[in-house]
Amino acid sequence: MAGLMAGFGHYTHAVVRGIPASLAKEALRSNPVEVDLAAAHREHESYVEVLKTKLGLEVVELPADESLPDCVFVEDAAVVCGDTALITRPGAESRRREAEVMKGALKDLNLNIVEMTDENATLDGGDVLFTGREFFVGLSKRTNQRGAEILADAFKDYAVSTVPVLEGLHLKSFCSMGGPGLIVIGSSEPAQKALKIMQQMSDHRYDKLTVPDDLAANCIYMNLPNKGHVLLHCTVEEYPESAKVFEKLKDHMLIPVSNMEKVKVDGALTCCSVLINKKANI
Amino acid sequence: MTTEVGSETEVKEKAEESAAQPDQSEKAAEENAEVANAEGEEKDKEKEKDGKEGKGIARYLPTWLKKQKSQSQTSPTKEVPPTEEAVNKVTQEEEGPAPEVNGHAEEVDEKEAVKSEQVKEKEAESHSNASADTEPAKEEKVEESAEKSTEEAKVTTEGEGEEEQKEQRGKEEEEEGVGGGGEGQTSIFQSPLRLVRKTKMKLVVCHVNLLDGTDFTCEVEKRAKGQYLFFKVCEHLNLLEKDYFGLTYTDTHEQKCWLDPTKEIKRQIRSNNWQFAFNVKFYPPDPSLLTEDITRYLLCLQLREDVASGRLPCSFVTHALLGSYTLQAEFGDYEPDQPRPLDYISQRTFAPNQNKEMEEKILELHKSHRGMTPAQADAQFLENAKKLSMYGVDLHHAKDSEGVDIMLGVCANGLLVYKDRLRINRFAWPKILKISYKRNNFYIKIRPGETEQFESTVGFKLQNHRSAKRLWKVCVENHSFFRLNAPEPPTKARFLTLGSKFRYSGRTQAQTRVASSLIDRPAPNFERTSSKRISRSLDGAPVISITEAGTAENGREFHSDSKKVKEVDLSPGDAEATPTQSLGASEPAPAQDHDKTQEEVLKHQASISQLKRSFMEAPPPSPPQPNQWEKRLTSSPATTIRVQQHQVVSEPQTEAAADDNTISDTKEPTKPPVVKTEMVTISDTFAAQKTEIATKEVPIVHTETKTITYEAAQLDGNGDGEPGVLMTAQTITSESLCTTTTTHITKTLKGGLSETRIEKRIVITGDCDIDHDEALAQAIKEAKEQHPDMSVTRVVVHKETELEEED
Repeated sequence: MAGLMAGFGHYTHAVVRGIPASLAKEALRSNPVEVDLAAAHREHESYVEVLKTKLGLEVVELPADESLPDCVFVEDAAVVCGDTALITRPGAESRRREAEVMKGALKDLNLNIVEMTDENATLDGGDVLFTGREFFVGLSKRTNQRGAEILADAFKDYAVSTVPVLEGLHLKSFCSMGGPGLIVIGSSEPAQKALKIMQQMSDHRYDKLTVPDDLAANCIYMNLPNKGHVLLHCTVEEYPESAKVFEKLKDHMLIPVSNMEKVKVDGALTCCSVLINKKANI
Repeated sequence: MTTEVGSETEVKEKAEESAAQPDQSEKAAEENAEVANAEGEEKDKEKEKDGKEGKGIARYLPTWLKKQKSQSQTSPTKEVPPTEEAVNKVTQEEEGPAPEVNGHAEEVDEKEAVKSEQVKEKEAESHSNASADTEPAKEEKVEESAEKSTEEAKVTTEGEGEEEQKEQRGKEEEEEGVGGGGEGQTSIFQSPLRLVRKTKMKLVVCHVNLLDGTDFTCEVEKRAKGQYLFFKVCEHLNLLEKDYFGLTYTDTHEQKCWLDPTKEIKRQIRSNNWQFAFNVKFYPPDPSLLTEDITRYLLCLQLREDVASGRLPCSFVTHALLGSYTLQAEFGDYEPDQPRPLDYISQRTFAPNQNKEMEEKILELHKSHRGMTPAQADAQFLENAKKLSMYGVDLHHAKDSEGVDIMLGVCANGLLVYKDRLRINRFAWPKILKISYKRNNFYIKIRPGETEQFESTVGFKLQNHRSAKRLWKVCVENHSFFRLNAPEPPTKARFLTLGSKFRYSGRTQAQTRVASSLIDRPAPNFERTSSKRISRSLDGAPVISITEAGTAENGREFHSDSKKVKEVDLSPGDAEATPTQSLGASEPAPAQDHDKTQEEVLKHQASISQLKRSFMEAPPPSPPQPNQWEKRLTSSPATTIRVQQHQVVSEPQTEAAADDNTISDTKEPTKPPVVKTEMVTISDTFAAQKTEIATKEVPIVHTETKTITYEAAQLDGNGDGEPGVLMTAQTITSESLCTTTTTHITKTLKGGLSETRIEKRIVITGDCDIDHDEALAQAIKEAKEQHPDMSVTRVVVHKETELEEED
């Protein structure tokens, strides 16, 4: 039986959601850019395909909701760790209802649901970095202290440290886990600063992998049976320099996944799925 | 020797230890002499009483009174008439009974003849040496002195130094003769029976609440030390790896305190309540490294209680998992036919919010542990418990500098800062250069980061002085236990002693691991069940006492250990002599950096050398550092430059003036200090002339002046009984070459207005002439850089020119 904090990166299920047509025009974005909806669809399909076919995860596909233009970015609506799922209260008002469907889906997966009901709390899953041993929660435009407190309450076993996010949308807009104890980090100054804070706050030692592009630092790590270390990362087309850095990881099964369209609405790779490990549930 | 001619502005107080006789009644001790309360912890209230006749009534004064007076730079004898009340008060305030400290404080009134002083000391010495009851020597000196007059001061100092050496030697011999009364306490192999002298002492019955809920009762001599009882308990438990554990008692403030092994029990509990609890004191980060199952078992018992009480928070699943291992350890395999299995589960507490669902989960998990031995179940329990983020974290309530409620957590790795449940900061031990406390404030001095030029000091406000002290002690002990290879060695009597003598007295984790590896005995049999604690009667009454759950928390208080003095010696040649041994060296290797930024690593390592400095210096005795400092100076060639800075925070300023009753006319501004105005005041006792320099530039000041200025404690009328308003005083010592800088921060509060005064003392020692003008200029410049908001209000330069051998 898996003990506490065992099996970082072990996943059996993934929850994803379709792209509504409203994404092209109405999804929130930091820079006004046109999104090619068809391209976004293709991109998302291949993303889901990788999870499903290539990696063999059981993928729960939630239908898109036209009234929720950002709904494809399911990560923000829930934080799952072990068998507990925290249904968040997203920082953007227009996204609050995204949590409803997510809650139902996670309930169906028999996870213990914790809801963030406090009206003063906001939290986007994109601000939550789980390292396997602890949480870092970015305090950003979308996530506040109260939200972080509720997360800490939901996952009592783990230390929850807060990290100010001064630039970028989310904490994970410039970092993510690239393996057990390995933080992939962007090279911008705010990113490096955030990393320093995380290192200082942690009782654990983390290695770091710095990539030239902040957005490329968002990748998806999994540890899967028969496949070992798996890393979904940016493509050469998007970030040639950063892709080269990933290619240096010899122990990982590297899977470049294109994210060219979704990034226009501030979507990163991790944003598009909620990963769950059902077997780890004790 | 000082070049200054003494004036009435000088006060010299000297606390020196002598071997007081612990077994004399406290009364005797009081009369007899003096308590040099050398514990830094107690310095605030420190006080010394010296009953010797002819020494002046000042001896009867509690230090805080003296402090005030001395701060006003007036000889104590002229000031406050001793009052019975004052003395009583001090006695009450002291955390330990006066006699507990075997030192005596002597104040050297400048008016007294040096000779007679020496004679008296000799008397004291011989007296103490004659005593068979001397406790371990406590080498502590509280030096609070204003500058002494020249020659006289010098002579006195030297004489005292010698005396002290002699005294020390005498005491050491005595200790050995006594057989373990002192040194033996640090050796765990010492027979407990030797820890207490064989006299016809009365026996007292001690009750110790053990981790399994049972009571252990034993008789000890009334004057037995904490260690004696602890050994008795460990013997009863058949425990060899005892260094992770300790005994707690409840003090008169209802706080749980750790019983100091090196001190008499009676003097710690200060009541007739000989009730103790056996608890884990240091939670081993990796319990699998413990040698014996019995040790793991006891750790499990503690953790079960921690978990059940909610002190160690964990998730539902973890509660269930830990509970299931507990069942496996105590009951063995799950028995399907066991009648009403949920009954016995619900009678025990696994979690603060235990419910049926959890109990079912526990049972379900219990089933899966089939075949696991009790020892294996315990090991699994610990493997999971140790990963919990709050494992081994000792929490203390505090407020940050802005008055926001936070929690400070002390653990094996350092100091954690929490706001609500969130970790908002963390200071690993290697990052902390020094821990100190003053009044109800607790300070840590942080090593500068790569990009920072200066060390920074972070302050926290605790509920009261006792909690600040308790936190400080816990930090000292945890740091020593987890970070050092060996406790800081007992140092020889040094002439100059600063701060508390409290040090961790036991073995460090490194030492105890070595010792554990040498354990050579068959695994002891022990009854592994907590059924003694928890009623399993079928009437279903859940009997569990969580009342003692708080035992290990908030209660880490120790009295000083005289044997582990780490002095901060500021005299020449010793500047480098005070590093904390392995502070830097044992810092974990930097994380592997895939980007190969090795410069960081190098830089980091380079900075380790900076750690060779005082680390855990206790705050100065409550009369502000100046006293000790000046005393110190009398024996070493040094130039002292003091730069006082004021930062006035929305404060109507009459207060500053009130704070500074400098009789020597130092012209503390009686007008409202101007915030953010730079001004340098040079006080000169002789000329009584004041120079104010508006500086943008660094002022160059001539330094014939030698003035002792004391920070006057503000007498505020808000009747909390706390004399003086030295809210904080912290001494930071760092040395480079022959320069020692001390920063003394005084915060005065009155009616919500606060003023922060920073006093920097720079001692430069050297054989040749020192350009103190330049040094002063540099000091001011640096101070300005660090505290741009501040205004310099006074500069005092003190020069001494005689060399003296360092002992």
